[in-house]
Amino acid sequence: MMPQQPTPSSFWNDTGKTGITAWIFSTDHKRIGLLYFYSVLGFFLIAVVLGLLLRIELMAPGRTIMGAQSYNALFTVHGVIMVFLFIIPGFPGAFGNLVMPIQIGARDVAFPRLNLFSWWLYMLGAGIIITALFTGGGPPDTGWTFYVPFSARTGTNVSLAVFGVFIIGFSSILTGLNFVTTIHRLRAEGMGWTRLPLFVWSLYATAWVQILATPILGITLALVIAERMLGTGLFDSARGGDPLMYQHLFWIYSHPAVYIMILPAMGVISEIIPVFSRKPVFGYKMIAFSSVAIAAAGSLVWGHHMFTSGMSDTAILVFSFLTFVVAIPSAIKVFNWVATLYKGSISLEAPMLFALSFLLLFSIGGLTGLILGAAATDIHVHDTQFVVGHFHYVIFGGSGFAFFGAMHYWLPKFYGRRYAEKPALLAWGLLFTGFNITYFCMMVLGMKGMPRRYYDYLPEFAPLNLASTVGSWLLAIGLVLLLVNLFRGLLWGEPFTGNPWGGATLEWSIATPPPTENFEEEPVVTHGPYDFKGTGIP
Amino acid sequence: MNPALLTTTDAVDPVFKFIFGACILLLGGITATVLWFAFRYRRSRAPEPTSQVADNIWLETIWIVLPSILVMAMFWYGWAGYLTLREVPKNALPVTATARMWSWNFTYANGRTSPKLVVPVGKPVVVDLVSSDILHGFFLPAFRVKRDVVPGMKNHAWFVADKAGSYDLFCSQYCGKGHSAMITTVEALPEAEFIAWLVQPEEGQPTKHDGAKLAKEKGCLACHSLDGSRAVGPTFKGLYGKKQTVLQDGKPLTVMVNDAYLRESIRFPNAKLVEGFQPIMPTVSDLKDDEIEALVDFIEEVK
Ligand code: HEM
Ligand SMILES: [Cu+2]
Repeated sequence: MMPQQPTPSSFWNDTGKTGITAWIFSTDHKRIGLLYFYSVLGFFLIAVVLGLLLRIELMAPGRTIMGAQSYNALFTVHGVIMVFLFIIPGFPGAFGNLVMPIQIGARDVAFPRLNLFSWWLYMLGAGIIITALFTGGGPPDTGWTFYVPFSARTGTNVSLAVFGVFIIGFSSILTGLNFVTTIHRLRAEGMGWTRLPLFVWSLYATAWVQILATPILGITLALVIAERMLGTGLFDSARGGDPLMYQHLFWIYSHPAVYIMILPAMGVISEIIPVFSRKPVFGYKMIAFSSVAIAAAGSLVWGHHMFTSGMSDTAILVFSFLTFVVAIPSAIKVFNWVATLYKGSISLEAPMLFALSFLLLFSIGGLTGLILGAAATDIHVHDTQFVVGHFHYVIFGGSGFAFFGAMHYWLPKFYGRRYAEKPALLAWGLLFTGFNITYFCMMVLGMKGMPRRYYDYLPEFAPLNLASTVGSWLLAIGLVLLLVNLFRGLLWGEPFTGNPWGGATLEWSIATPPPTENFEEEPVVTHGPYDFKGTGIP
Repeated sequence: MNPALLTTTDAVDPVFKFIFGACILLLGGITATVLWFAFRYRRSRAPEPTSQVADNIWLETIWIVLPSILVMAMFWYGWAGYLTLREVPKNALPVTATARMWSWNFTYANGRTSPKLVVPVGKPVVVDLVSSDILHGFFLPAFRVKRDVVPGMKNHAWFVADKAGSYDLFCSQYCGKGHSAMITTVEALPEAEFIAWLVQPEEGQPTKHDGAKLAKEKGCLACHSLDGSRAVGPTFKGLYGKKQTVLQDGKPLTVMVNDAYLRESIRFPNAKLVEGFQPIMPTVSDLKDDEIEALVDFIEEVK
């Protein structure tokens, strides 16, 4: 379903190639960005349905709609899809591809064909993971963390699913390489490092994490397959192996991966807040620097996932300390965003509402993270529903809401049409309310002692579980409304041209929707990304 | 109870209060500021921005330094509380907890075993954690205590119950199908009652065991059904006397289910594998010979 576009000539049609093959084999970063966008969105929606089913099962104690084995498979698949198929590839793949080259004044990324290859690898990996659900011993039931020895023993189809994640890792590494090269080599004249939009800075920091951390995930997952197929015994204590070594290896990747999920989201927020306040972002250098600082220091804190594991107390001392160190740059960013609002001219349109609610939800996620970083308190809440609530606040309330914000902020630019404002605000209200009910209840349950990955629970946990489930329905209604309104607008809504929001970054200076070549002539950058005064922007 | 003894709850709860307190203040401050700015500088009231200030080194220094001090205080306080969880009091009563898919079993110094963790009120207890298969987690929410049970590794946790009563004990580390059913309780009894319980012979005659009860307590029934339904392992119903195809060293073999076969299968679960099932049954190492006989008799009865 390719819509009629208002501008006669744009990347939708100006090459004369429009059929499906002109999309899935296109090397244009905008088309690849949309391919990624629709793929990650599709997987996100599947995993949302699985999440809602989990909540329905937990609505009341005992069996509600499924058995224990199905529940275990469901939260595993929900987690795997959300992490590896939605949020990790989501920002770089979709919005990184769509806007980053334009924001630095380039015609495309450094390696357009490699970019297309990354998407194909992603689809291949996703296909393998989906195949794993319906073949062999049934969908994996290990949790998204694939902890040994259970993952080495269970009869479900773990090997194939893990292989799919392994392939997706390559896609992520290649995207990282491509972006680092692009940002170093293809900046337009005048686009110095201090004129880079903060979204680009955040992708740059993310790309390094993708390049450096993902290989460790690949090796770890390959070892799980070897453990299952060849019985290597590396993680089996009965044969001199060590199950804790797996946990170290897994988190050496998976903690930095949290920054792959959140840094670009922070970048999006750093774009939206200045534009809708008509003020330069407060402390540009501090925000850019703190992205890099988070990416670097964040690679040293993985042990905070293992405080109860039996790791040495000295290790706990060090990891807890470093965890608090990493909290500081995140806090700085929040203060800088808030300060940007001061004496601005604030317009509460949909992208801004998502950005401001990011501030609140991400703060809740980050502050509850302090409970998890302190050794004494982590012992009580580790592996409970508190953790589930905490990370949904960070990755759904944080990254997820930033993703919705980015959809409302940038997609009209690429479609040339926009959504209706009022339903978007209503959808935001439902999402925000439902979200807080769902996950706040889960955090309280965790404080009361309900462990995570629990199919069934004691009667004392029943009322809050019911409330959480009802909240998830509100969330779901909000999400449906958001998507219907957004896509109806993008296809048939009011035309969207020029620079209605008054952004000062380069994507707002070119035609809407952008032509395939992005810029008619090589741009020369003469002002900063948040320099609203010097540019004659309304 | 020794009044100088700090319980694990006493050590952890103040840390919760301190961090949550600081978080609520920060969150309240951030939220109020955002709401106030969004209201005060809304475009209908402030059509143009009234400032273009892009940084302020003093302000930024303040909000780097103050949060740094605050989080370092949290870190140190959290670490100090954690040390209490690790310092086992000298006089603590030792108990061994054996975790398996999906049940708990507790063994006391005198050989007494129990599916519940029975402890004396006011006396610290140190629990040595042993896994007979995969990872589990020993979690006592009421005492703020949690420690993973890792195969091949010596982990322990201690706590003291300062009031008599029954407290939840959960498995916190995901361990498969029966994870959420892997729960039992801590029963805190007054010291005299506890000692009476400890020395009393295990329910009924010491020599005659109740196979049905054992099957439940030792966790057999988590995987083997009594009603003929297929679960993680083959059902016990009608098992005795049946001809069964098994794999021995990967080669198929037909055996008759009799006492000898059952005994072997309980002692060495992976010696002969029933076709179509995974080799995941743990060795229940604390079973005594007469207990195995009781189990065999019990399985024979399930028709
Ligand atoms: C409508 C939206 C959602 C609902 C209702 C939902 C609900 C849930 C529930 C009930 C659990 C399992 C809790 C347990 O038994 O331990 C869970 C786990 C999880 N969710 Fe979500 N969730 C949603 C969205 C998301 C999003 C957007 C992400 C990430 C981008 C996400 C990532 C995860 C992960 C990683 C797990 C852990 C899986 C595991 O334990 O292995 N979820 N979710
Ligand atoms: Cu367990």
